[in-house]
Amino acid sequence: MSAESLNAVKSLEEIAKKIYEDIDKGRIPSMDIPVRTKNNIVFDIKHGVWKYGKSFGQRSAKKLDGAYMLLRTLYMLDFIKDMIRENKSSTLREMYYISEGWKEGKFHAQDESNSLVEDLEIITRYMREDFKLRPEEDGARVIGNITIDEVNRKGIKKRINCRDDVGDSGYTVPYNVEKEKVSFVDLDADFVLAIETGGMFDRLVENGFDEKERAVLLHLKGQPARSTRRLLKRMNEELNLPVVVFTDGDPWSFRIFASVAYGAIKTAHLSEYLATPTAEFIGVTASDILNYELPTDKLNDRDVEALKAELSDPRFQTDFWISEIKAMLEIKKKAEQQALAKYGLNYVTDTYLPEKLQEMSII
Amino acid sequence: MVLFLNVLGACFSPCGRNVYISMPYVQTMLNENIAEVLAERQKEISVSEFFERNKHVLGFDSPVKSLITAVKEGVDNALDACEEAEILPDLTVEIRKVERNEYLIAIQDNGPGIVKRNIPKVFGQLLYGSRFHAIRQSRGQQGIGISGVVMYSQLTTGRPARILSKTAKKMAANEVFLSIDTKHNRPEVVKEDVVLWDETEHGTRVEVYIKGRLLKGRQSVYEYLRRTAIVNPHARIIYEEEGKKYIFERATDKLPKKTVEIRPHPYGVELGTLLKMLKHSKNRQINAFLMNEFSRVSARVAEDICSAAEIDPKKKPKEISTDEAKKLVNAMKKVKIMAPPSDCLSPIGAHLIKKGLRNVLDEYSPEYYVPPITREPAVYSGNPFQVEVGMVYGGNLPKDQQVEILRFANRVPLLYQQGACAITHAIERVKWKQYGLEQRSGKGIPAGPAIILVHVASTRVPFTSEAKEAVADIPEIIEEIDKGLKECARHLRLHIKKQEKKKKVRDKFEIVQKIIPEIAKKSAEIVGKPVPPIDKTITKIMGVLWVDYESKYAKGAFDAKITVINYMEKKAKFSLYAEIEKEDIASISPEGTPDGRGIRWELKLEPTESFEISLKLRGERGDYSDMELYTDGVNQVHVVGAEPLPGDWTLEKTKIVEVN
Repeated sequence: MSAESLNAVKSLEEIAKKIYEDIDKGRIPSMDIPVRTKNNIVFDIKHGVWKYGKSFGQRSAKKLDGAYMLLRTLYMLDFIKDMIRENKSSTLREMYYISEGWKEGKFHAQDESNSLVEDLEIITRYMREDFKLRPEEDGARVIGNITIDEVNRKGIKKRINCRDDVGDSGYTVPYNVEKEKVSFVDLDADFVLAIETGGMFDRLVENGFDEKERAVLLHLKGQPARSTRRLLKRMNEELNLPVVVFTDGDPWSFRIFASVAYGAIKTAHLSEYLATPTAEFIGVTASDILNYELPTDKLNDRDVEALKAELSDPRFQTDFWISEIKAMLEIKKKAEQQALAKYGLNYVTDTYLPEKLQEMSII
Repeated sequence: MVLFLNVLGACFSPCGRNVYISMPYVQTMLNENIAEVLAERQKEISVSEFFERNKHVLGFDSPVKSLITAVKEGVDNALDACEEAEILPDLTVEIRKVERNEYLIAIQDNGPGIVKRNIPKVFGQLLYGSRFHAIRQSRGQQGIGISGVVMYSQLTTGRPARILSKTAKKMAANEVFLSIDTKHNRPEVVKEDVVLWDETEHGTRVEVYIKGRLLKGRQSVYEYLRRTAIVNPHARIIYEEEGKKYIFERATDKLPKKTVEIRPHPYGVELGTLLKMLKHSKNRQINAFLMNEFSRVSARVAEDICSAAEIDPKKKPKEISTDEAKKLVNAMKKVKIMAPPSDCLSPIGAHLIKKGLRNVLDEYSPEYYVPPITREPAVYSGNPFQVEVGMVYGGNLPKDQQVEILRFANRVPLLYQQGACAITHAIERVKWKQYGLEQRSGKGIPAGPAIILVHVASTRVPFTSEAKEAVADIPEIIEEIDKGLKECARHLRLHIKKQEKKKKVRDKFEIVQKIIPEIAKKSAEIVGKPVPPIDKTITKIMGVLWVDYESKYAKGAFDAKITVINYMEKKAKFSLYAEIEKEDIASISPEGTPDGRGIRWELKLEPTESFEISLKLRGERGDYSDMELYTDGVNQVHVVGAEPLPGDWTLEKTKIVEVN
């Protein structure tokens, strides 16, 4: 059992102790948790990322939902303790199914159990990996001239060049990308291009963009998983690679960028591990839609709502984002990355990206 | 309107009858001022042409509606006949497909029967029947009548109607096959016979073949009969549709109060009517005419009218000119006259509305029947009317749809033109949110698990059009409906509030009974200590004095239980009161002390201590499905499930007795 895990158990036991004492002293048992909304994230100057602020909410047994959550917390603590003791681990989904046997403490949806795990991370300041819990494989992919060592399941270091040792789908990012699992060996590239959609990732691979522009291509696969964001941050910090994010041009994609660069609201307690504050957004922007006369879709009501919400999201309070969001609200249109195919399959690699990368002085 | 007048008049002239059109019937839909003028220009056309042109007015504008209208006319007729003879109605309605688009409709009642010589007139002549000349609350003022159905049958299928009628137990029944001479609006007997008919002691059966279409849903024959059953709880209605049988059982053996005929009130009279009345009057002087042919006109009032109209009270009615008649009408509106008598109305009554609703809506097992409201009679333009409102809430009623509106005029369901109806408009303008129903943008038909019933009874229900499908927006009527709705809604709000409070407490029960013990156990297990006591935590979470009532009903008796638990941090000493009719008590344990309108118990409970009372009570279904419980001597904010003792507790409750 690692020291980290032992300490994690101790801080989990603290939670149970507090609840026990509440009842023993005739109080209503409760737990204090930071409020996890955009109204409670503050900028951490030291790390350049957004983290939870000082607003706490109380989860108390006075309300039905609160009482159930406390009971579930206790069951989860007990389960994690057992796992650590027996040196096992489980996926979040497995734990959700195991909770079926927790009688009144069972969960009704995996969202509930995932969110409780995050709560525990926040309260104890340990990561879910310390609790022996891991996400499903997310399978984000990397292609580019970067060489890594990965410790495989047999405990053997395996050296992989992410351009030459992989097939067309690239190197698959494992759920744990910490140093003891993945280490960087060699690099011959100038920047990382993180791409939202698989279609665009494959287009750049087919067009040989990684070799032509000396780029490491990374497929975000929508809203990126923790390990993907962690790997990006490590490449940025340890290898000094600039990170450029390339997404669709719509409010949801803007949020993908925000979580890569500034930290996601859901995991703001881990922002300093996961966020890459120097990451830059390349497009598709509202200005691109106009400048490149891209084919568009109309914004629907939910899109408009999302854009308006972003105007009051502290993470978007920069001149660039305010003007882009307002511009999109004004033109009432959004566009996909692949809309660039309007000008031919090579346009994105021959014209659009080089133009924009030069503007950003990346190449 | 114009067209209708024209042809309606014309359809009578060929048969040599006076063009004098029955008063209440026509008054309801037209300004007779115009009628007189138009009557001059009427041309002769046949009844069938009249019918063809006015299908929409008569309720035969679509195949679906035609079936409903045919049933409606038959049922109205049957119910009126039974009530007239003070017989509890037993109705059978049958619909069977005979060919594509062609249906056999049979409507049978246990009414007094019709003597043979009247059968052709009743079923074979348009607008025959005494009720067209009377001002009274009746179903019949709402349609063309059963003869219209016979006519429609003949026009669409060419088949004669079969009428079977029997007037006494020992008599044989007369069987008449009837068609209508559409050119002259005259009945034609195709065939007649005397047959044995044992199904009923007396009664009438009509069979017609008509073209139509049978549908299910909100506008269907089934729905029409279901709604008819709600507001006619004294009737038993059997409906057979294509071999399927539905029975709407009788919910009461009490016949509705008989409606009384009244004379017209001066405030409601229009020039055309007045001219006709003057022309036909047997009175020799205008003041006598006013006193004898109008209601609420005394000698003094008659004099006032004459002087306001500047007419000699002794003038002969027949000598009054049109100009003078105009002056009379204006004068009538100026003179102060007592409101018309309202005892001529026959409301359903709160008790029977509830019974009717319960009888028909039990399938939804609604959680709450709002006490129905019967408003006091009111008057518009000299016509007495009365509004009744009922409401049903919760249970299996759909939660996320608009509420269902059941509209009735003189006990007849209104299925069409909901959006044009004063009833709907009144419902739309109530602010339902404050009463616990959803209402988008604060207006319109509310949404939620509820049904709203509104009944407008009047000697003359004002309709928006000749089709008589929607009540017109008369301010006085909307006002009354509004008041009735709000009265019901207040009850509903109270009920919903009570339920919400109960839900909160039920949640707390779940917390303290199911979850806290588990939390205590699990946390003890994790920290490796003995399970801690939970009583103090429990009273902290609850902080209430819990009073609960449960009951089960079976065969005229209730098996009930009152549970009191002190979930407060301190001990509680207080009195508990239950409202129970003393004669309903079969047994109560512990007994308690008779007090005011029920029973009192003196209780002293430690924290988390509970107390139980079991009761056996006699009563009808619904009587004790809920119970009024009160407490005294404890801070009321902590009490859940009981109200503070009301100031009138010691007063005997006024008994409400229905008078026939």
